[in-house]
Amino acid sequence: MRVNIEAQPEVASSGAVRSRLGPIGWVDVVLVAVLVGAIGGVVYLAGSATGPAEGVEVSLSPQMLPLYTALSIGRLLAAYVISILFSIAFGYAAASSKRAERILLPTLDVLQSTPITSFLPAVLLGFAAIMPARWAAEAASVVLIVTCQAWNIGFAWYQALTTAPPSLSDAATVFRFNGWLRFKSLQLPFAAVSLIWNSMVSWANGWFFLMVAEMLRLGGRDFRLLGLGSYLQEAANQGNAAALGWGIVTLLVVIVALDQLVWRPLLAWSARFVPQTDEEEPPRAWFHDLLRTSRLIERLTLRVERAVDAFDRLIIGRFPARRVYEAEQRGGARAGLVVAAAVLAGAAWGLVRSGHLLTQVSAAEWWEITVGIGATFVRVVLALLLSLAWTLPVGVAIGTRPRLAARFQPIVQLAASVPATALFPAVLWLIPHTGLGLNIAGVALMVAGTQWYLLFNILAGASSIPAEMHHSTALLGLSRWQRWRYLILPSLLPNLVTGAVVATGGAWNVCVVAEYVQMRGQILEITGAGATIQHAAAVGNYPLLLAATLALVVVVVLVNRTVWGRLYALASDRYRLE
Amino acid sequence: MPPLTTLSPPTATAPAPDAVELLRLENVGQYYGAGSRRFSAVERINLQLHEGEFVTLLGPSGCGKSTLLRIVCGLQRPSEGRVLYRQTPLVGINTRATIVFQTFALFPWLSVQGNVEVALKARGVAPTERRERAIDLLDRVGLDGFETAYPRELSAGMRQKVGFARAMAVEPELFCLDEPFSGLDVLSAESLRSELLELWTTGEIPTKAILMVTHNIEEAVLMADRIVVMDKSPGRIVADVRVNLPHPRRRKDAAFLSLVDRVYATLAGQTQPEHVELGTAPGEPGRTRVLPPASTDELNGLVERLAEAERRRADIFQLAQDLNYEADELLPLTEALELLGFATVAQGDIVLTPLGETFADSRIQARKEIFSTRIRRLPLVRWALQMLDRTDQNRLERGVFLAALGLEFPPEEAERQLDLLIDWARYAELLAYDGDLEQLFIEVGEE
Repeated sequence: MRVNIEAQPEVASSGAVRSRLGPIGWVDVVLVAVLVGAIGGVVYLAGSATGPAEGVEVSLSPQMLPLYTALSIGRLLAAYVISILFSIAFGYAAASSKRAERILLPTLDVLQSTPITSFLPAVLLGFAAIMPARWAAEAASVVLIVTCQAWNIGFAWYQALTTAPPSLSDAATVFRFNGWLRFKSLQLPFAAVSLIWNSMVSWANGWFFLMVAEMLRLGGRDFRLLGLGSYLQEAANQGNAAALGWGIVTLLVVIVALDQLVWRPLLAWSARFVPQTDEEEPPRAWFHDLLRTSRLIERLTLRVERAVDAFDRLIIGRFPARRVYEAEQRGGARAGLVVAAAVLAGAAWGLVRSGHLLTQVSAAEWWEITVGIGATFVRVVLALLLSLAWTLPVGVAIGTRPRLAARFQPIVQLAASVPATALFPAVLWLIPHTGLGLNIAGVALMVAGTQWYLLFNILAGASSIPAEMHHSTALLGLSRWQRWRYLILPSLLPNLVTGAVVATGGAWNVCVVAEYVQMRGQILEITGAGATIQHAAAVGNYPLLLAATLALVVVVVLVNRTVWGRLYALASDRYRLE
Repeated sequence: MPPLTTLSPPTATAPAPDAVELLRLENVGQYYGAGSRRFSAVERINLQLHEGEFVTLLGPSGCGKSTLLRIVCGLQRPSEGRVLYRQTPLVGINTRATIVFQTFALFPWLSVQGNVEVALKARGVAPTERRERAIDLLDRVGLDGFETAYPRELSAGMRQKVGFARAMAVEPELFCLDEPFSGLDVLSAESLRSELLELWTTGEIPTKAILMVTHNIEEAVLMADRIVVMDKSPGRIVADVRVNLPHPRRRKDAAFLSLVDRVYATLAGQTQPEHVELGTAPGEPGRTRVLPPASTDELNGLVERLAEAERRRADIFQLAQDLNYEADELLPLTEALELLGFATVAQGDIVLTPLGETFADSRIQARKEIFSTRIRRLPLVRWALQMLDRTDQNRLERGVFLAALGLEFPPEEAERQLDLLIDWARYAELLAYDGDLEQLFIEVGEE
């Protein structure tokens, strides 16, 4: 039996890693300008958000949990639908021409590696400026979730569009498929598996950020949303252990149920879209098997298929394939120009605003930002090292035993999809309420958020070392240390770097949550970039909010593009097992 | 400019005067890139196809035969020239033509029947009719009972049958086949060939003409009425051979064999004066001679093999079969041996030259010396050595060579030529290569 771990991380994990990082070019300059403009514009808007935000009454009665859970899932679902629509548009746009590709892919890279939580206060206040606080909080949570979900799905879709076998695309052209039939019979099935895997990742990310969004309070203003996140926080706040327990159990049940009832069956179903080789066992799911035995479902499927077929023929009749050369279909170019112009105009306005705001940041505040980023950086590195300390030996031990790996892999995946941010209130409740305590809790939260990515990647890497290599090191009589030095570490390097990039990305995201907390009516704050951002938003210091957010984004993007990008290029070039 | 062909004018008997012209290519050329980085896939192609004809495009890989087929089907627009279908200029997809692909191009997520049906669905055919026609077609190609199977469950031969059924479903007037049998095992290919011939010769399908791309000489002689022989760099037609053998044709017949030999000679045996044969170095005027894609290991092995053969000579077809090579896979090797002066090719046979014999009898160091003196003659090698000589430390980045070669060849070809150059010159110990630094350099002690 072979474990098909390698087949799975088609997951478009991290932007910094994927792209061929060339020298910084004009695209990057424009991108940074647009990003600065966007954040600046939002923060400027935020400045006019003056209305009070009373927040919501969170009931700790377990009977309310089904409602809260439904609200949370509803937000995720709304964001997911938007993400999918965005991804499809993005993929088509990026695959439409070389020029679009040259602009859109780096954009995705940068957006994917930015610490999204850092935007939350700014985005929230921006929305609060133009709509009631409750709606602003809802909108901000959805926007936040979309920004964490859309990139990898978008990239997966783009990749499917560009890597679909040319012969299949030729066949579609020769047999005169129109756009719809091409989408339905060629592109969607080809992308299916990758889309599902990436959707799983996106949902896990979504939970992580949803918890943050549901718990947010800025100073006196309460932007919390009714949902699982606020329930957990309130429970911890009131020291209600029973409620905390209920909340965590509910969350776990929901995540396991989604995994077992939605994702696993989908994966099993999607196995039809990949040509299976004999050695590989297709993924199976009990729920999928169960559904297949149902007569009712079978009839329903038939009905649906008939309706879909009628719809297909309607579309085909209405919009037949055009008789032009495929490479010369130019539909979106003009639309693309319009969008680009709008984005640039918006960015220009934002840039002016941010320029104005940034001049109001004092030297002392810049110093505060610098120290904050430094402190957060130390925490991130510490969390990465701590995670590595246990995941490396454990991952290698499991990964080199195929049977064990096959059994552990779903568990690791499931564990990875439990949002660390949901557990944070519980952690806070347990630790002493001091700066040191918060430091420990912060790093713990970072470890909780990062370790699974690392473990997952190490597992995959370790299990892809061919058995012959282990045999030959054994025959050569290499010592344990020599084996690690000459076989295991070098062959793990690409996976290690991938895991580390995703993990540090997660850790940076945690800082906004972990460095500034409001518990039992008091505010606890430790030095860090996240604390600066939250603190600035809470007291309404908009120039500082903008400066801190921008600085954090720039530092993280730079670290990704220089350190990790280079390491990855090295790792994938030299330490690749073929 | 080398002469187009040294073959005497083919025995082309003009098609019957009443045959309707289906397809006409006028001065068709396909170029990629622009300016100094412009490469031609095919140049000045003139070709006519009439009703009732089975024509094959035969040539080595890279001669642009598949490009031509794509142009005929309307999958891509030629950079220059005109494509006329029934006297009308072709714009976009050719609705009267269909392709059968070398890789089958079946949708893996659709069942056998689904794959045939989807072609009909694209034309708006209703479900019931679709199903009936699909089942009927699958029946005809001998796939009844496999309707619900998925392509992955089928053998390559059966998959290609689905490909044929799908193509036949849309009742094309012009049937284009892109190396349809080269992905199959020998026996399946053979049976599918005769099934196709039977459908074609008995007129069971409404197809008016067939245009098939192949690199397999025997296959072309076995099936076609006309063989259009192409050569590469630039892709062009070098001969148009009419095959007047009655069906069914037998491979052992003398007439069959002599035709195969003649076509082979057209493909491989064009001996030209040395300055033409060797071509010119990059950057010089004239055609830059490419190195045939043959590794030094393969060349050594082939020379040894020939040295053991009777009279140090072998029939190329026999040799290809013995070595388990496709005939066209052997071509670069024989071409390389000719280029090095180790062997000559004549009438389908390859003969070791005295130099080749010496090479075969030598030990490894002596071989390297012979190889070294031979490849120094090659403009590409000479050019690379001169470039290295001119630098201070006799050392240059791989990228520099790639950039220079990029002016002559498309990017992948430039990469391939450089890798070949490195392989050959490393073996000859003329230069060394540091894969980590990606640098070429002249080894210390060398001159």
